[in-house]
Amino acid sequence: MEKLVEVKNLKKWFWTSKGIFGKKEAVRAVDKVSFYIEKREVLGLVGESGCGKTTCGKTILRVLDPTAGSIFFKGQNITHLKRKELLKFRKRMMIIYQDPFGSLDPRMTIGSTIAEPMEIHKIIPRKEQEEKVIEIMGKVGLLSDQINRYPHEFSGGQRQRIGIARALATNPEFIVADECVSALDVSIQAQIINLLQDLQKEFGLTLLFVAHDLSVIKHICDRVAVMYLGKIVESAPKKELFDNPQHPYTKALLSAIPIPDPKLRRKGQILMGDVPSPVNPPSGCRFHTRCPYVKTRCKEVEPELKCFKNIHYIACHLFS
Amino acid sequence: MLNTVKNIGQKEKIKLFLEQRKPIIEDWKHTYYLWKSTPLAMIGTVIIFIFLTIAIFAPLLTSYSPTEQFMEERLLSPSSQHIFGTDQYGRDIFSRVVYGARVEVWIIFIVSIISVMIGIIVGITAGYFGGAVDEILMRITDMFLAFPRLILAMVLTAVLGPNLTNTMIAISLVDWTVYARLGRAEAMKVKSQPYIEAIRAVGAKDLRIIAFHVLPMSISPVIVQLTLRMGTIILTAAGLGFLGLGAQPPTPEWGAIVSDGRNYLVNQWWISTFPGMAIAFVVLGFNLLGDGIRDILDPRLRR
Repeated sequence: MEKLVEVKNLKKWFWTSKGIFGKKEAVRAVDKVSFYIEKREVLGLVGESGCGKTTCGKTILRVLDPTAGSIFFKGQNITHLKRKELLKFRKRMMIIYQDPFGSLDPRMTIGSTIAEPMEIHKIIPRKEQEEKVIEIMGKVGLLSDQINRYPHEFSGGQRQRIGIARALATNPEFIVADECVSALDVSIQAQIINLLQDLQKEFGLTLLFVAHDLSVIKHICDRVAVMYLGKIVESAPKKELFDNPQHPYTKALLSAIPIPDPKLRRKGQILMGDVPSPVNPPSGCRFHTRCPYVKTRCKEVEPELKCFKNIHYIACHLFS
Repeated sequence: MLNTVKNIGQKEKIKLFLEQRKPIIEDWKHTYYLWKSTPLAMIGTVIIFIFLTIAIFAPLLTSYSPTEQFMEERLLSPSSQHIFGTDQYGRDIFSRVVYGARVEVWIIFIVSIISVMIGIIVGITAGYFGGAVDEILMRITDMFLAFPRLILAMVLTAVLGPNLTNTMIAISLVDWTVYARLGRAEAMKVKSQPYIEAIRAVGAKDLRIIAFHVLPMSISPVIVQLTLRMGTIILTAAGLGFLGLGAQPPTPEWGAIVSDGRNYLVNQWWISTFPGMAIAFVVLGFNLLGDGIRDILDPRLRR
């Protein structure tokens, strides 16, 4: 399969400073992350809050500028492109935001919101714009007579549909769905996920699905990458990862999925403590402070992401 | 946006047009309702409406010229002939006040346009780009703010030469700082909203983001502030006119007329009193209207 998006050693650090003379400190949101997404594949990116998964998604789209590393889109390096050169890639990769309330301009009708990407990229003559907008609105399940309504007149689920419609406006190939259902309630989540799935099949989209909810990931993704403190600790096809998790962190995550049966005993371990600060990440393996199988080597040497069985990548000293 | 359905009659087209814009029309209806339920805003609106009507229909309201002198009719007290009396040159005070309304409207209009334009451009640029641009532009603004307004306006008119045009330029140069600070604050608030990042991710230029997203959000507090400040603009213009630095005689500017009558205040009170009252009423009207608009546009009072 063709790799649509590939990321090599991607780093995104944010700088904080304490006062004028204070030392500048780096928040290592994403630290040396490498992965790829095949064409028409749905890659799920999971992890706890603050592990850098959203930052990672935004950096790939160059919404944030990477600190180091490189990003390839269809084999072309887009890491250092200037705004103008980037423009032709922008219309092929879009993002759906987490917050359906903040991500729409409250002063714009949804018609103009969806039409804006078309205007920016001039993909369609102005006269045909409205027809196209209505067509897309139909695709995401909005009614054509809602075209002149304002975002505040819609519910969260409908707003997320508007967000999806905006992302589809330029016929993109790659979409980053950034926690796009976490702000919705469960019944609406199901609708939006099914919609995304249908659209993904219809348009042959490639998705990077950022989420912290494993049941959502299980439903939609083909392959899953697990992030911890700015690093990918394990990645494998969905079935392999859910049936045969290897990394202790992944195991802990999976055992934390709620089981709707009080009689069933939980297997595995629930993690204790909080995620360490990304300003001062632990030495060696970043998970060693919470890992139940920690050894001296884990505290000193950082494990590499290694390939097992051709498909299963794990970064852990227990498997070397 | 164009209608999607083609080949339909004119009547249906109008119907469809109205149908599609229903939310916008409803929004205006709600604004009207809020305005009706704010009595002070209504009083302000009425005063300003009367003020504008007088300015527009000035020649119909009086048969005397505001500038022509009749020395044999000087210093007459208010009567049915001259309802506000006459001044030391025999000019009818009523017609001078009425024509003065035109001068005031003109001052407000020009000053508003110039100062809001400078203020919005400086403020939004500073707020949106931040960093060094922000520092430089805001320190320049601080320089203007360091002086008392009237003193700075006086200095500027004195330097430029005292006449009506220069008065307007001077007031604009003093007044824009208010809008710059407001515009900056709004731009900073809007720029960190997720929808700005969303549209930047699509590939929009800074200019487009400012024009279509930041400006529309920043403009409403500026407009409110402008209506609140229109009273102040009149006061500053009148103050400069009173000091002889503003409109020059025989221009019937209210401040200048008050100044004309100040030597006669004890025995011929009407020369200064009537233009003074006109200033007071119009300033009050603008302040009430400004307060009303602020309340009406307050999203917490809206649905």
